[in-house]
Amino acid sequence: MNLFLQLTISGMTNGAVYALVALGFVLIYKSSDVINFAQGELLLVGAYLAFFFVAQLGLAWPIGVLLALLVAAGLGILIERLVLEPLIGEPIISVIMVTIGLSSLLRAIVNGIWTPRPRLFPSFIPSTDVHILGAVVSADRLWAIALSFALLALFTLFFRRSSEGIAMRAVADDQQAALSMGISVKRVFAIAWSIAAVTATVGGIMLANIIGVSGDISRIGLRVFPVVILGGLDSIPGAIIGGMVIGLLEAWTGGYVGQGLNQVLPFVVLVLILMVRPYGLFGQEIIERV
Amino acid sequence: MESGIYHTTYEADMALRRTPIQKVRLAAVIAFLLIFPFFANSYYLTLANQIGIAVVGALGLNILVGYTGQISLGQGGFLAVGAYTAGLLATRLGVPFWLTIPIACVVTAAVGGVFGVPSLRLKGLYLAIATLAAQEIIQWLIVHWDAVTGGVEALVVPHATLFGFNLNAGNSDFHWYWIILAAAAFTTIFTVNLFRSRVGRAFVAIRDQDIAAEVMGVNLFTYKVLAFAVSSFFVGLAGALTAHYRLIVTWERFTIETSITYLAMIIIGGLGSVSGSIYGAIFITLLPALLNSLGRSLSGVVPGIAGLIPMIQQGVFGLVIILFLVLEPEGLAKLWRDVKDYFRLWPFSY
Repeated sequence: MNLFLQLTISGMTNGAVYALVALGFVLIYKSSDVINFAQGELLLVGAYLAFFFVAQLGLAWPIGVLLALLVAAGLGILIERLVLEPLIGEPIISVIMVTIGLSSLLRAIVNGIWTPRPRLFPSFIPSTDVHILGAVVSADRLWAIALSFALLALFTLFFRRSSEGIAMRAVADDQQAALSMGISVKRVFAIAWSIAAVTATVGGIMLANIIGVSGDISRIGLRVFPVVILGGLDSIPGAIIGGMVIGLLEAWTGGYVGQGLNQVLPFVVLVLILMVRPYGLFGQEIIERV
Repeated sequence: MESGIYHTTYEADMALRRTPIQKVRLAAVIAFLLIFPFFANSYYLTLANQIGIAVVGALGLNILVGYTGQISLGQGGFLAVGAYTAGLLATRLGVPFWLTIPIACVVTAAVGGVFGVPSLRLKGLYLAIATLAAQEIIQWLIVHWDAVTGGVEALVVPHATLFGFNLNAGNSDFHWYWIILAAAAFTTIFTVNLFRSRVGRAFVAIRDQDIAAEVMGVNLFTYKVLAFAVSSFFVGLAGALTAHYRLIVTWERFTIETSITYLAMIIIGGLGSVSGSIYGAIFITLLPALLNSLGRSLSGVVPGIAGLIPMIQQGVFGLVIILFLVLEPEGLAKLWRDVKDYFRLWPFSY
């Protein structure tokens, strides 16, 4: 029972990190139909930006993190303007490849500036052990859970209440109609990318706090595909629940079955979901039969 | 003053090479390919062999992605199937290499066909993600099914012999040059002719409008699976050639990075273009080598550049993909066509 509890809690905390990464993914897909293969690299850039401001420049961490978030938001807008905007209306393969190219470029820039050597992240997030019902968890993982739920609430409010959020939903629904209602689609895309970069920075900081600052951070980018497919590519609650489910599945198979099965199981789930319910648990259902 | 190329007979219209200049160019290329290995040192021969294998793999991928419009991120996995099939047959069962290569092609084609089945339900983005999953699953199987594949240990393939002649002994790059050249030539000729046949036209129809294709009598299921199988056949050929040429097979050569490299070849070369696949394979294979030698020659001028070479290679790779997609989405094949058009009409190009 104790093992089960321990696995469940560690699965949920991993799931929370997945959910944080998946959020940025979903935001971009929701507003611009772009699947961002560079999401993991945005995480990497965010983590290194925070590392640079806090550890290397020695700023107080709230200022450092704020600066990192601002720079990330700027970078998001820059990427959208320079790379994604010229490809509006191009075939999917081009859009996929351009984000893959972007991921390669971002990784090279980060490695070139900071070298791939792994480093310790300044620990302003407490990582002491916390005992819950007999299971031991480090506090930073609990923070990841709290943060992902806080962001979920924030984004849900944003999409329901703010005019920017409603504009983004309109663009996602029908670009033509949104344009004719006076919504600037370009502006919406830019906002989506900057929010995604900010979310990725938050995720990157959480992840760097758990595994340290290194190139490994970007690996999570591809591991998040099962999460977003399970939850539905355009669903924000789906990202959180998908993250939790995949995190739990990994933890349980890792604990009870072993053999490295936990690494491949999410992808098997992904294939099954794609065969049965391609729009995921909460995604918008688009039916097209061939 | 010519304003274009016009044919007056059906024979001329159906010919593969339509103009005298094209025929001369083809003859020059063939002559170069035949003379080249006698003058090149082993470094250039190795590069040439890498390019040859890349040409086979890129053409295979282009059949699927460029011509049939089915996005695949599973190229690395299919290469691995080819390489491991050939390698294991040679190592465990002692099958001679001229048999392992065709068997590997057929096995990879079968595996590709199986992974092609979901393509009936999945399109575009979702198919890309499904093939990404295929890549991860194949890679996981190779690493964890150690009883068969040897797991993370590298598989050492025995030397290949043909009529009692050891291909991997002595100047092995030179020997393999001819085999790889033959494979690349076969793949090129096959692909060019495939798209002059009913099957190839059906592939293109599926890419352009799948529902319209279905209405016109193209069975989507059959042809999509066939596209996956034909494409994987050549990808398997590339994998099997790698196994026998390198004499070593490890899973690290067949990761998602490999899939991306091959996709970059056909994007930069030109989607749905045979010559584009070849240009792209040459470009992407030579790019890191060029940057490497450039970095080395600059190491005296710019201190510390030698350590940065891997990052520069990675960055330039990404940058080249982005620049091509933004500035010239139809790739090198289109650039080459533009250059030819410019000079054909020169100096009155407008």
